[in-house]
Amino acid sequence: MLKDITIGQFFPGQSPVHKLDPRIKIILTLAYIVMLFMTGNAFGFLIPIVFLIVLYLIAHIPLKMILKSMKPIVPIIIITAVLNLFFVDGDPLWSWGIFTITKNGVAMSIMMAVRILCLIAGTSLLTYTTSPIALTDGIERLLSPLKKIHFPAHELAMMMTIALRFIPTLIEETDKIMSAQKARGADMETGGLIQRAKALVPILIPLFISAFRRAEELALAMECRCYHGGEGRTRMKQLHLSLRDAVASLVVAACIAGIVCINIFVTVGNF
Amino acid sequence: MPAIIKTEDLSHVYSEGTPFCKTAVGGVNLSIEEGEMVGVIGHTGSGKSTLIQHFNGLLKPTTGKIYIDGQDIWANKQDIRSVRFKVGLVFQYPEYQLFEETVYKDIAFGPKNMGLSEEEIDERVHSAIRFVGLKESVLEKSPFDLSGGQKRRVAIAGVIAMDPKVLILDEPTAGLDPKGRDLILNQIMAYHEEKKNTVLLVSHSMEDIAKFATKVLVMNNAAVFTYDTVEAVFSRVEELNDMGLSTPQITRVFYELHKQGLPVSDKIFTVKAAREELLKRLQKGGGGC
Repeated sequence: MLKDITIGQFFPGQSPVHKLDPRIKIILTLAYIVMLFMTGNAFGFLIPIVFLIVLYLIAHIPLKMILKSMKPIVPIIIITAVLNLFFVDGDPLWSWGIFTITKNGVAMSIMMAVRILCLIAGTSLLTYTTSPIALTDGIERLLSPLKKIHFPAHELAMMMTIALRFIPTLIEETDKIMSAQKARGADMETGGLIQRAKALVPILIPLFISAFRRAEELALAMECRCYHGGEGRTRMKQLHLSLRDAVASLVVAACIAGIVCINIFVTVGNF
Repeated sequence: MPAIIKTEDLSHVYSEGTPFCKTAVGGVNLSIEEGEMVGVIGHTGSGKSTLIQHFNGLLKPTTGKIYIDGQDIWANKQDIRSVRFKVGLVFQYPEYQLFEETVYKDIAFGPKNMGLSEEEIDERVHSAIRFVGLKESVLEKSPFDLSGGQKRRVAIAGVIAMDPKVLILDEPTAGLDPKGRDLILNQIMAYHEEKKNTVLLVSHSMEDIAKFATKVLVMNNAAVFTYDTVEAVFSRVEELNDMGLSTPQITRVFYELHKQGLPVSDKIFTVKAAREELLKRLQKGGGGC
């Protein structure tokens, strides 16, 4: 069912990870991605992996959820791994016709798989532990320096908030419409590609109609509450940096420093 | 009479193994006989909608079994579509499922999925539109040009056109004006009387339930509280009140009158019965009520 999509879902909690300032969390997530791509050593990968495991343990996200969110990206990982396996030059381990597997290729493909897994798990942690509202709030504040060059930071954040807010609503709506059409015998599970595409019509048309209706109602409701854009708008919940955020930043900085050191000083397991 | 819908220890748990895990219905044992007009009541979140979606195989029970017409519907997974033709389900706000260019095509969607012949479909569409009390001229219009009440009736016709043995309606009158409500309920009643099939009607209006239903199914806290005749259910005034449900207005009036010592019955469920009761008392000459 559509409800089973867990990428980008928020798991409410009270852990220190949840309580971090969203701005810091976004920046640290970006730093984590940089960290992953800086690592060029097998031992170096231990740092981002351990880092992630510890964070997931602190955040109390069940393992089942993590595995579930990994499921859709398994094909991508397999394709990347296979491509790397065959297309990296080096000492041949095994060859058959035009296919050659090299030692470097095996190492590369494992490394890429680990990298993608960490990437998805790391960025998922951000959405798992940050409510959509806090997330867009953080993005707006991070982008606000760009307001000086007339970048519509507030409008962008508002659009994101609304879009995020309506994802579950639209999923629920889709589920409902699907159930209603299934109750009338619509068959969505069998048939060829064209038949399946045609089977979507009874779902998409009502979905679009209701999305437009909702958009109109929301616009009206916002106007009724005198919404007029970002200028002069204050917030109920102000973001404040705390000691926790400083500690988290230091830990990430230390991890990056560790990786740089390993890249420079450890010679075994380099690529 | 044979049971058309039977459940054995039916339970459904949403999002098992996540922080959102929730038992929507638990341990339901139910047996609904053919030809009944069942009113389903229960406050919001009591599991009504989840339960009825099991009856036509839209939801698969986490544990337990459902028998429709004596057949275990999940015995053969491939056959689940045929169950949906046997048990027609009209969702809340069914007008949001309309999608075709014309009313005719939309009503024909169900019968078409059943694989019926053109003539058969045509016949079904015409009889369905008659059942919901709309004119034949509506058939060529776009469903989006109709009024809210008309749209809803078209959507109900779309399910009736499949000629199901059991018709389940989830709050078919929600959001309609009183006139539209009576119209739809009367059409459903007429349909039930003509076809002699089983109808389940989910409603928040105790008055409607008392007026139309023969049996009442009360859901509370994800379980079946009771399944009994209208009289038996609405006699349990205190228990229903404790659940946040109520009894028909007229029942409450007579219940209080009776409690105050007036010589009237406290088992009055419809205005019509109330009138008869009062006339009876007046003819006896006593009471002075």
